[in-house]
Amino acid sequence: MGLRPSCLLLLLLLLVAACQAGDEPASLAPHPGEELAGGETTVFDDTRLAFALALRNLDREQRGDHFVGNSFFNQNWVQAPSSTEGRDGLGPLFNARSCSGCHFRDGRGRPPLTDDEPMLSMLVRLSVPGEAPDGGPRPEPAYGDQLQPDAILDVPGEGRAVVRYEEVPGAYDDGEPYALRRPTYAFEDLAFGPMQPDTMISPRVAPVVIGLGLLEQIPEAALLDRADPDDADGDGISGRPNFPTDPLTGQPGLGRFGWKANQVGLVQQNTGAFLGDMGLTSALHPAQNCTDLQPECAAAFDPGQPEVSDHVVQRLTFYSRTLAVPARRDVDDPVVLAGRELFHEAGCADCHVPSYVTGPGDPEVPQLEGEQIWPYTDLLLHDMGEGLADGRPDYDADGREWKTPPLWGVGLVPVVNDHDLLLHDGRARGLAEAILWHGGEGEAAKEAFRTMARDDREALLTFLESL
Amino acid sequence: MTIDSIPSLAGLTLAFLFAAGCGDSGSGDEDAGTGTDTDAAATPLTVDEVTPVATAYADLVYATYDDALSRAEALDVAVQAFVDAPDAETHEAAKAAWLEARSPYGQSEGFRFYDGPIDDADGPEGQLNAWPMDESYVDGVEGMPDSGIINDPDVDITADMLASLNEEGGEENVATGYHAIEFLLWGQDLSEDGPGARTFEDYVDGGPASHPDRRGLYLRTVSGLLLTDLQAVRDEWADESGAYRAEFLALSPDALIQKVMRGIGTLTAAELSEERMNVAYDTKLQEDEHSCFSDNTHNDILYNFLSIANVVRGRYGSVQGPGLITLVHARDPALAQAIEDHLVETEALIMAIPAPFDQAIEGDDADPGRMAVAAAIESLRDLGDLFVQAASLMDLTLNTSLE
Repeated sequence: MGLRPSCLLLLLLLLVAACQAGDEPASLAPHPGEELAGGETTVFDDTRLAFALALRNLDREQRGDHFVGNSFFNQNWVQAPSSTEGRDGLGPLFNARSCSGCHFRDGRGRPPLTDDEPMLSMLVRLSVPGEAPDGGPRPEPAYGDQLQPDAILDVPGEGRAVVRYEEVPGAYDDGEPYALRRPTYAFEDLAFGPMQPDTMISPRVAPVVIGLGLLEQIPEAALLDRADPDDADGDGISGRPNFPTDPLTGQPGLGRFGWKANQVGLVQQNTGAFLGDMGLTSALHPAQNCTDLQPECAAAFDPGQPEVSDHVVQRLTFYSRTLAVPARRDVDDPVVLAGRELFHEAGCADCHVPSYVTGPGDPEVPQLEGEQIWPYTDLLLHDMGEGLADGRPDYDADGREWKTPPLWGVGLVPVVNDHDLLLHDGRARGLAEAILWHGGEGEAAKEAFRTMARDDREALLTFLESL
Repeated sequence: MTIDSIPSLAGLTLAFLFAAGCGDSGSGDEDAGTGTDTDAAATPLTVDEVTPVATAYADLVYATYDDALSRAEALDVAVQAFVDAPDAETHEAAKAAWLEARSPYGQSEGFRFYDGPIDDADGPEGQLNAWPMDESYVDGVEGMPDSGIINDPDVDITADMLASLNEEGGEENVATGYHAIEFLLWGQDLSEDGPGARTFEDYVDGGPASHPDRRGLYLRTVSGLLLTDLQAVRDEWADESGAYRAEFLALSPDALIQKVMRGIGTLTAAELSEERMNVAYDTKLQEDEHSCFSDNTHNDILYNFLSIANVVRGRYGSVQGPGLITLVHARDPALAQAIEDHLVETEALIMAIPAPFDQAIEGDDADPGRMAVAAAIESLRDLGDLFVQAASLMDLTLNTSLE
């Protein structure tokens, strides 16, 4: 155990060395194993099933457990009471009837494409100034910490969020124009009157859910080693860990999941989503989240046994831990290799850190330990500038900070989810716009991209598409 | 493996997956062993060998959906007669017709999972067979007698309205299809050892349930919707211009057999063995079964299995092959024989599961019911491994999962 951090350091040094070696074009070659984004757990599929497969090296019994979790992820939960009592308890308020309703094919959600389309695979977090008792965001008094448009029969839904866009013109350094779209949000049909005037909102799309077990087992020291809260090295990039309160322990823990790293682990993330997104209680979250101003919601809820049993929580968590990462494509393509070098030269890799070796974790899935993985993230918070700021703090994350999202699988989102809308709220129409929205600590990397020759920009994007 | 080999990795996936899927697994692998050399070079599919198999497959799919439609028409006649004159006799006749209708539909489920007419972007699968049923969304249930659309006179019950519910929330409310009809005929299964016990008087004025007329209208409407959807799917497999059949038969040999194999492979290794059997076996939730109102799940399992066997053998009704197995046989007769032997064995193990299924999954792992379910699951998993092996011999990748 004591050796691990130093081994990791050595590995990082090797990686840095490898990147620097890339300065000589003749030496461009794939790094050993970099096509295996999830190490030995990697699967090979570039179809719409690319995010839906179990770790390649699960044994038969594990695969069975994975599919049990899959069932509770995919199938709709229904209103209680029902004959299918293991699957009832939906609501009273909810955003979706199943996990897959938002994480469709274990992939990525998106904002509505038209004014009429309801917000299906994204949601809007709400809070007012101050803190909740656990140090997290303080819920809006009437609507709670998340707008839930849908509800079971005889309970009013909370209302709906509508997004509109304004085109913001810009240009690459070579004069080629582009346009970004800046979203603004409004609420309609609010069932409990206007929100408190100082309510802060944070729209978030459902992220891809591959490789989460591997991310959970990146050694904490490897992540904290990269943290530089006060930018002591003066590179313009801070990198701060979030330490949300872990509902399992009541103590702060290193946040890894969620757009602002506000969840410590997968059990916490999953049970939080059961409650917040589907209105399903569990042992970890036994109380329904109706506010004091929602009597119909409170009256419709039958407090008793948790709606999601411990067994189902365990299986669902096993499932989320064992969804595999697909292999990269075209890793030895010269354009991809050139793009990879540009990615490093532009500084993208300072936050989208390519690789780690996983440490110990779930003893039931030994396959997750000791694998070299390629997630392209540091799981730390970064100031992303005013353009992306939501102005809503979330534990230690301030209103301008977002967690570096992993990039593995990003090239397959169009195949799996039939769209290429990126960033936390899906405002970016493709990879180039996603880069161009970077500001704050990402400003220098963005500018490097904006001022590249067209061929270089395309090479960098081609590299990203190979992830 | 050298880096240079990476571009060809996709083609090798199968070998990887198969090695992973088989190598570490527990009991049952010995049975699946065939003496076949899994490292044998793959032989790509040719147009000449695939064309007769593809044509027989398309005929088989059409015949299966045609039977499903005929039985659904008989069900509709029985449903209309029941609602016109609800009594114990017409009620029983409608229930019997529903049970009959499940057989061909269950045998069609191997045609799913590859973006065919049943479940492409606008396919009706969800509207036909979605589960679990959102009971209290549709009708009163124990403890909430006035729940549901049926008890809400403000809602107009029409086919369009019910179809639109399937779009609501991006995820279906499951207010239509076979299981909605099943729920409306049998009612909630609240008993430990029998099916739902809804009385025909739920459809009679002055009976125990309110809004009998609306319940009847709902039942008629979902029954009608079932016919519309089944006919649309069947017609896509007709030998007529503009139908999906022509598009299917024009696919490259690889793409075509890939679809056929993904259909039965997913049903075998994911949908049937895992989603429909292992989930219930693992959770022991009594009603975590697809036909929970009628306690017909044991038959659902058999029909799904037959769907797999039908495609392998190329046989259904008057369709007499050649089946998928001929492509395997041309490459590895021993593997083809192993698959056939395994089909026979798996069918016997499924038949040995004591009905009703929701009783079989209860108790200790050493109880006969659970042992029978576990043996059938393992046998299906072995069969799935054999399909992966067969696909690899055709130079195809067979990844199976549920979206």
